[in-house]
Amino acid sequence: MFLGLLYRLRQLGVPVGAQEAKALADALAVGLHNGTPTDYYYTARAVMIHHEGHLDAFDRAFLAEYAGITGDIAVKDELREWLEHAASGEAPQLDFPELTPEQIEELKREFEERLAEQKERHDGGNYWVGTRGSSPFGHSGTPRPGIRVGGSGGNRSAVHVADARQYAGYRSDVILDTRQLEVALRRLRAFVREGADVELDVDRTIDETARNAGEIEIVTRPPSRPDTHVILMVDVGGSMFPYSRLMSQLFSAAKRATHFKELRTFHFHNIVYGQVYATERFTEPKWVHDLIRECGSHYKLIMVGDALMAPYELLASTPGLGGDSARRGGLEWLQILADHFSDSVWLNPEPQSRWDGTTIEEIGRVFPMYPMTVDGLTEAMARLNRSAPARVR
Amino acid sequence: MTDVMFTGTSSYLTDPALEAAVRTALVLEKPLLVRGEPGTGKTLLAEAIAEALGMELITWHVKSTTRAQEGLYHYDTVQRLYDSRFGDHDVRDIRDYIHMGPMGRAFQSPDRSVLLIDEIDKADLEFPNDLLHELDRMRFRVMETGEEVQARHRPVVIITSNAEKELPDAFLRRCVFHFIDFPDRELMARIVAVHHPGLNEDLLQQALDAFYGIRRMDRVRKRPSTSELVDWIAMLLASGVDAVELDRETPYLGTLLKKEQDLVSFTEHLTGITRRRH
Repeated sequence: MFLGLLYRLRQLGVPVGAQEAKALADALAVGLHNGTPTDYYYTARAVMIHHEGHLDAFDRAFLAEYAGITGDIAVKDELREWLEHAASGEAPQLDFPELTPEQIEELKREFEERLAEQKERHDGGNYWVGTRGSSPFGHSGTPRPGIRVGGSGGNRSAVHVADARQYAGYRSDVILDTRQLEVALRRLRAFVREGADVELDVDRTIDETARNAGEIEIVTRPPSRPDTHVILMVDVGGSMFPYSRLMSQLFSAAKRATHFKELRTFHFHNIVYGQVYATERFTEPKWVHDLIRECGSHYKLIMVGDALMAPYELLASTPGLGGDSARRGGLEWLQILADHFSDSVWLNPEPQSRWDGTTIEEIGRVFPMYPMTVDGLTEAMARLNRSAPARVR
Repeated sequence: MTDVMFTGTSSYLTDPALEAAVRTALVLEKPLLVRGEPGTGKTLLAEAIAEALGMELITWHVKSTTRAQEGLYHYDTVQRLYDSRFGDHDVRDIRDYIHMGPMGRAFQSPDRSVLLIDEIDKADLEFPNDLLHELDRMRFRVMETGEEVQARHRPVVIITSNAEKELPDAFLRRCVFHFIDFPDRELMARIVAVHHPGLNEDLLQQALDAFYGIRRMDRVRKRPSTSELVDWIAMLLASGVDAVELDRETPYLGTLLKKEQDLVSFTEHLTGITRRRH
């Protein structure tokens, strides 16, 4: 009776197998479900789910399997469902200027207001949140700067992304497949001995004892601790959408690495303009100048992005940002970062065959560029470990 | 059914989901993995289970430097070396220098005990994997003496984890899992009542308003939790703040908000100043 539930869970990507099935069978055999659907629900959930990220999937599977025997568990997902059934249509390619932060704020406000007004599904048209059409909200619409809701980034031009699910799993959900990344990141290991003398130094104890004519002389030393400082900057949104899964794997691998003394992560959109952001929603900005002041040149900088953009973004400044950033182009900001940190690399998920003749080539002159494969990552880590004198460009 | 039942204690309130998870773990003799936001009472759960079932609680606090071996036993070589210098100790029996760790003690305990492995995610990546065999078989071998330590009774193993790091799949599959939700208003009122019996209803409602109001604010980075609310109410009671004042101001904010930045955000929120964003 519960095998259906098991396979539904597997379909939804929840890793359950024979072990969970046997555990549930054991639980049922001793009567833990008390003969009530509610206790069955809780027992099955405790045995089959191992992560809070899968609780929603469990509810969906349970409802689908046993609709009728329980009535008190509801899943609310209406908005997404509308948009997922989007009718597809080709949209013309157009070019749009970058939005200023003020305009982005304005868009967000409008988006929320409109969402509050809206009561039904909407495809086409130019006002409501929906699919196709030319309102700035929704997806698969005529490209203009706006907020994408659900769907995939077919036209690669939305400035901001309100799709919480796509990126929500940055640090969770991904356990499988991150191991290779973790192993590669382990190459960035470096240790120093610091702190109180609490560790027995066997070699020196033997030496000193021998020198002391056999009278025991204990020598202790401080334990070794990790001494690697890493800054990870990741391009999110826009053209990076196809790589969001890979990015989330990299994030969980880096977060799990215990051999870094410090790991700071930032996000940017396409290219760095004066500041980077602590969150993937582009809030909590950090000025590049402040970052350079706080972090010495011994920090290892890992940039991640496809380095693909409109060529003008390399040189043009952004009018929306006041002061210094208004005068510098993106490439100049990258140069500032590359000059400050003695070890830096750029990891690119775009296949290497497509690098020539694009903005990747330009950025590759500033940062040593490596493909985001396991081999490329390994090479990049070796490069970061060199701590070589200033690179020859 | 079963004779082991857990329905909370006078100071620890549960819900059906948690009770079912604990019952499943007890009956199937699998470790119970508890996850949830800090301050939702993960550690207290182990204490409550030990109290309710009348078992001894053995706690193993995991730190970033903890290795799996430390939980089993520790061979004190340095002590033995020192003792051997003066001839006033008999150092021939190596067993005198083997000290059991928390897990070893739980295995050797004459009665069934509760073993709490607290904050397992703090340790190294491989830490949970290193414990797989011991948790499964409930036995280990002391290398120095060749003796095997076998659990007399399988201890009730409670493992807590902040959602900070992911645990290995193989480890997760052996555990019964429970995620402690942040308590809703109704449950929170009952929890507060357990800690502050006879609390003025108006004060409680206003304190809850203020508390959930702060938790809802996007800009607050470290959101206050249950234990902070309980402390805050204790502060309010101790200083004799009455309910009416709470409408207008929020005294002793430092009990609820621990980050300077959050305090600034909160004040700005109150005064309606929003700084221009860059």
